[in-house]
Amino acid sequence: MPEEFKPGCQRPPVHKKQESIAMETGVSIEMPKEEEVSMIKVGKPAPAFTAPAYFQGKFVNVDLEEYKGKWVLLCFYPGDFTFV
Amino acid sequence: MLSCSVDSVFVHKMWNDHEISKMVNKDVPFPMLSDGGGEIGKLYGIYDEEGGVETRGRFIIDPDGNVQGFEVLTPPVGRNIAETLRQIQAFQLVRESKGTQATPAGWKPGKKVLHPGPDLVGKVWEEWKVEEAFK
Repeated sequence: MPEEFKPGCQRPPVHKKQESIAMETGVSIEMPKEEEVSMIKVGKPAPAFTAPAYFQGKFVNVDLEEYKGKWVLLCFYPGDFTFV
Repeated sequence: MLSCSVDSVFVHKMWNDHEISKMVNKDVPFPMLSDGGGEIGKLYGIYDEEGGVETRGRFIIDPDGNVQGFEVLTPPVGRNIAETLRQIQAFQLVRESKGTQATPAGWKPGKKVLHPGPDLVGKVWEEWKVEEAFK
């Protein structure tokens, strides 16, 4: 289950997990420049992440890893209080 | 279901409390992720650097953590939720059949599936009609 965190005045950080994976395997991969990062591919692993979230009255940390074993629909959108 | 935007968790709470909960008569039933700076959006290739926002990227991730499908729209056009659900149902059926079944164009739950294999080669025209794609 996602763990609860106490909100402060700073924006809670997001952690990318890719770099740690590269370190664990000991393989050095030259990371592509940001503009060269390609679209993710179907049939391949979804990029791992953790992120702060609001969920039914609480502020929690969500780790995509914890959803293994379930189907996940991940929807991005431009912003709260926009119109569509 | 996980939603994600660059808004803070505080704004998510306000949006839930003051607008969304009034639309659906309850709290948003899934975590609303905050991705300030668009780090996750960049990982998924849907972050708009110019606008500083995330575009309408939608990813179906299977129980093994693999992406089965995605769709990305620019902000002014909303998604078709029914189509997203149909795709999830199709991916679930294919997974449960361990890949022995495939869903042709226009498939919906209850409609005919195909069983790919040597016997089906060159015979799809007998098994499936073009009109099915539009029904």
